[in-house]
Amino acid sequence: MIRLIAMRELRSLLSIPSTWFVLAGLQFILAWFFLTRLEAFLEIQPQLALLANPPGVTGTVGASLFNTASLLLMMLVPMFTMRLIAEERRNQTLALLLSSPASDVEITIGKFAGLLIFLLPMIAILPLMLCTLFFGTHPDSGLLISNSIGLLLLTSSYVALGLYISSLTAQPVIASLGTLAILTGLWLADITSPAASFWHQFSPLYHFQNFNAGLLDSRDAAFFVLFTAFFLTLAARRLHNNRIYG
Amino acid sequence: MSNATLTARNLSRSFGRREVIHDLTLELKRGEVLGLLGHNGAGKSTTLQMLTGCLLPDSGTIDICGISLLKNPAKAKAHIGYLPESPPLNRELSVATYLGFAARLHGMKREEIDSATTEAIRRCGLESVRKKLISTLSKGYQQRVGIAQAIVHRPDVLVLDEPTVGLDPSQIRDIRDLIREQGNSGSVILSTHLLSEVESVCDRVEIMQKGRLIYGDSSDRMQHYGAVSGFTITLNNPPALDELACIEGVESVEKVSATEFRILHAPDRNPGSELMSLSTQKGWQLTQLTPLHASLEDVFVKITKEKS
Repeated sequence: MIRLIAMRELRSLLSIPSTWFVLAGLQFILAWFFLTRLEAFLEIQPQLALLANPPGVTGTVGASLFNTASLLLMMLVPMFTMRLIAEERRNQTLALLLSSPASDVEITIGKFAGLLIFLLPMIAILPLMLCTLFFGTHPDSGLLISNSIGLLLLTSSYVALGLYISSLTAQPVIASLGTLAILTGLWLADITSPAASFWHQFSPLYHFQNFNAGLLDSRDAAFFVLFTAFFLTLAARRLHNNRIYG
Repeated sequence: MSNATLTARNLSRSFGRREVIHDLTLELKRGEVLGLLGHNGAGKSTTLQMLTGCLLPDSGTIDICGISLLKNPAKAKAHIGYLPESPPLNRELSVATYLGFAARLHGMKREEIDSATTEAIRRCGLESVRKKLISTLSKGYQQRVGIAQAIVHRPDVLVLDEPTVGLDPSQIRDIRDLIREQGNSGSVILSTHLLSEVESVCDRVEIMQKGRLIYGDSSDRMQHYGAVSGFTITLNNPPALDELACIEGVESVEKVSATEFRILHAPDRNPGSELMSLSTQKGWQLTQLTPLHASLEDVFVKITKEKS
């Protein structure tokens, strides 16, 4: 049942032309960013080589590319999550799911999985681009892997939050703006707080920093898993409340 | 197992402080088409939403084919096909894909999907638009896709909320045939405010008002409810009213126009033949005699007025 709903979601996403434009646009930006970073690296490489412990190409080009992607996804994911439930509610198609044997949890996880599967290629394209560096040098594959895992976890937390906000309203635009506002708020709370402040702990982007630096910390992974599960539970609860309050 | 496909007992439901459904009990048998009739806001849609599990009742029980909808929703809902007021269509999908999805969603096996969608498409007359995107279809076709979605998994209970809204007369006839057909194999409950719909497809009628069922009977018997016996006659050369009133059995005569009269008589004493012979004797020139028929509309108005 979860797979069925996920596949339906995926199919709907892919049948909308604007999805493809967004994908193409994102890919263009990331590729352009990758190439300019690479060019800059090649220019300063002779000077870097003089240092005792020079930063490598993966750290300079790769990590910053992932960092940019994490911010881009923060702005992009709300555009996709807004549709998930709000649009079904606006088009009054939610009745099909609510009157079907699928439970609230199955509907929630199905929709979450559908969007995440859709975003996977977007995330996978980053390490693939960086793998082209293998033709000329020896990139740090550990850093690539930790960044990829981190970005995947980060994206899933964005999607879960967006799904919950989408379940609160019947207006996709409000769902999109709401999600973006909360994500931006969490990000700002992170970058403007003093170093030891506990506010950092609430920000997904703060927890991504360790992954970005190549550090696999179970605390960060646990944060993402909990964050995702928390908002998915809330979304499922909201769907259940739909049946109670109409 | 009894042949009841849907049993709802003592359903109540409030929105905030406003109680919209009061203690509603309903039973639907296999092979039966039940019409839920009522004014706007009588609680028809709310009732249907509860019967399909879209809305939880505050109290009461619902059994679908003997399975409790509240305790075992996943199993019970597989037996229900539901068409809400506005068809729940994923407009970006094609008709065939959408129907396949709806069938799988209701637990059909992958290998049965093709034959099930083909059958639903044929029964709803959607062959010509099978591959088209739902968003490109006209309102009437979309409504038909909505109905196809409800019947594709061959449910035992079909719940239709105003199924013929937005269809043209020939489509309405097709859909009514389809409902009848479905009523033979399973059971159907439909809400409507079109009395002609009830007259033509329903075996049984329940009238709802302010969240209560106020009258329930077979649709044939309902037509006889409060029926009047009488006829209208047209006489080209009419006599005085008194003369007509004197005929044995006539209870009252009312002049409708210069040549038209409405005559009411006792149910067991029909003065028709006497009137005709008198007419030839006295040269009244009787050209028309039409028995009065209580339309469902009159009956409906009468019942809702009486009970409120």
